[in-house]
Amino acid sequence: MGQITLQGVAKRFGEVEVIPPLDLTIEDGEFVVFVGPSGCGKSTLLRLIAGLEDVSGGRILIDGKDATDASPAKRGLAMVFQSYALYPHMSVRKNIAFPMKMAGMPKPEQDRRIEAAAKALNLTSYLDRRPGQLSGGQRQRVAIGRAIVREPSAFLFDEPLSNLDAALRVGMRLEISELHNRLKTTMIYVTHDQVEAMTMADKIVVLQAGRIEQVGSPLDLYHAPKNVFVAGFIGSPRMNLFTGAVAADYGAQTIGVRPEHIRISATTGKWQGRVGVSEHLGSDSFFYVEGTGLAETVTVRSGGEVGLRHGDTVWLTPDEGKIHKFDTNGDRI
Amino acid sequence: MATRQTQGLARLMRAPAIILLFVWMIVPLCMTLYYSFLNYNMLNPGMTSWAGWFNYQYFYTDPAFLESIRNTLVLVLGVLFITVVGGTFIAMLIDKPIWGQGIVRILVISPFFVMPPVAALIWKNMIMHPSYGVLADVARFFGVQPVDWFAQYPLTSIILIVAWQWLPFATLILLTSLQSLDTEQMEAAEMDGAPAYSRFFYLVLPHMARAITVVILIQTIFLLGIYAEILVTTNGGPGTASTNLTFLIYRAARLNFDIGGAAAGGIIAVILANLVAIFLMRAVGRNLD
Ligand SMILES: Nc1ncnc2c1ncn2[C@@H]1O[C@H](COP(=O)(O)OP(=O)(O)OP(=O)(O)O)[C@@H](O)[C@H]1O
Ligand SMILES: [Mg+2]
Repeated sequence: MGQITLQGVAKRFGEVEVIPPLDLTIEDGEFVVFVGPSGCGKSTLLRLIAGLEDVSGGRILIDGKDATDASPAKRGLAMVFQSYALYPHMSVRKNIAFPMKMAGMPKPEQDRRIEAAAKALNLTSYLDRRPGQLSGGQRQRVAIGRAIVREPSAFLFDEPLSNLDAALRVGMRLEISELHNRLKTTMIYVTHDQVEAMTMADKIVVLQAGRIEQVGSPLDLYHAPKNVFVAGFIGSPRMNLFTGAVAADYGAQTIGVRPEHIRISATTGKWQGRVGVSEHLGSDSFFYVEGTGLAETVTVRSGGEVGLRHGDTVWLTPDEGKIHKFDTNGDRI
Repeated sequence: MATRQTQGLARLMRAPAIILLFVWMIVPLCMTLYYSFLNYNMLNPGMTSWAGWFNYQYFYTDPAFLESIRNTLVLVLGVLFITVVGGTFIAMLIDKPIWGQGIVRILVISPFFVMPPVAALIWKNMIMHPSYGVLADVARFFGVQPVDWFAQYPLTSIILIVAWQWLPFATLILLTSLQSLDTEQMEAAEMDGAPAYSRFFYLVLPHMARAITVVILIQTIFLLGIYAEILVTTNGGPGTASTNLTFLIYRAARLNFDIGGAAAGGIIAVILANLVAIFLMRAVGRNLD
């Protein structure tokens, strides 16, 4: 069980309101990702749920019970920190055993769970090492192991992969997703990595300046962003946003077209421009088209190889059905 | 200093300092060693003669000798205990963000700036004096007979005074160590369900082990040679109840004018200090790796 409900939860640091009152429900077994720009309050929100910060207003319910004033230990949640926060002078085994020892669990049960966690996380041969003698990825797995053995009702992750290199990050991402499939425990995951958010989440919560901009499945957010902020934030490369005359043609203040929804052609099309920088990834090519008069550059994604070079004149045609329109408040029309 | 060439150069550059330090140490040591085998009394400085082991025998059979060694150890251990435990406690208190933190920290550190004889005099005449000391006033306020500290508990009194002087040092070192403790670790432990005392014993104390070792080693060096506080307050008495090895040597040299005997005592003190050092390095030195 691990349903978490936030009711009007707010947080102020002195005079500064970091999180205005917000409501959010996280269902049991869900993988929820908090994304948002740096400093938007993702970590703060996670720490409020964990009980490491006191709320300035509102209530936090865990499995329907009021946990607003419960101590972190009493909430039955486990957290994995960005810095891993392993205990440096204890062996891996002792690190993993620590929460169980604190809970007064019998030794044989402790050993059984340590063995199981170590096996699941490929840590068996490192159990007697200190954290200082492990690589970043191994440390991260120890931190996850320490969280698993408590069998918490929900896991909280605060940017757990941001200290790892790209290849390892992909590997750990898959491991965490697999862990979720196996345990079916609620997980709340903070990141500012697009790909992590899109690939791992059942539900994404987009935050800006402490406000929830949109909650939805990754594809909801991709296909129907609720406002300009979400439109610009979700998707990589970013959606092209145009204001002015083109937007007015569609009866909107702002229109957005994703790079993959623009066709590029050397002969005909709707908007004329010049190829600036182009990036060829083999499977895809990205063109940054200048001089269209719509925006400084228009990003276009095109499958496979297209014989266009720097400085070539090109025509762009948007996929009319996939144009997003926003009103003067930035909300979706 | 990776290559052999830079290592050789580094050794060359270090040499003058090391040679100077070595000479500085070895010359007085050899002179003391030499004097300790002479019959050499200041009352009769012309009449020196070879004494063999007599000075050592004389110093060793002095009934005050064993007591002075015991007093030295009690003094060192007592002060270490008070300063490490008290220093940890105070450091944890002033590590918390409190109003007027800057002032509080300066106040806590200030005893360290009082010279030892001055501190001892203040304690002797204004705090522990049986008729007009603060402690006597407090005792009278509660209707209790004031304690004559230096007569009844001479060694304890000196331990208290010295501990008061060294507490700031311990606090300061331990505070810096405490401030380098990772807060996420503490939060992780909190989420793991560790109550405050478990967090202290499992996380804070191991983290501070290195700093505590530094405090113990540095203080021991200075505490083995405590002298001014004893001279100013009890003068080693009553009897030899508060005489440590340093003070015994002083007595031999200055009150009996016995240079040879004092030198022998000095050599014994050096040996004792080395024994303590070896013991300490064995006991706590591995924390410094
Ligand atoms: N203890 C604190 N006192 C005052 N302000 C704080 C405190 N902790 C966080 N803040 C402020 O709250 C805001 C949100 O911080 P938070 O750490 O939640 O951001 P974040 O979304 O996790 O950012 P990042 O992606 O960079 O980790 C920031 O503006 C930060 O300056
Ligand atoms: Mg953060």
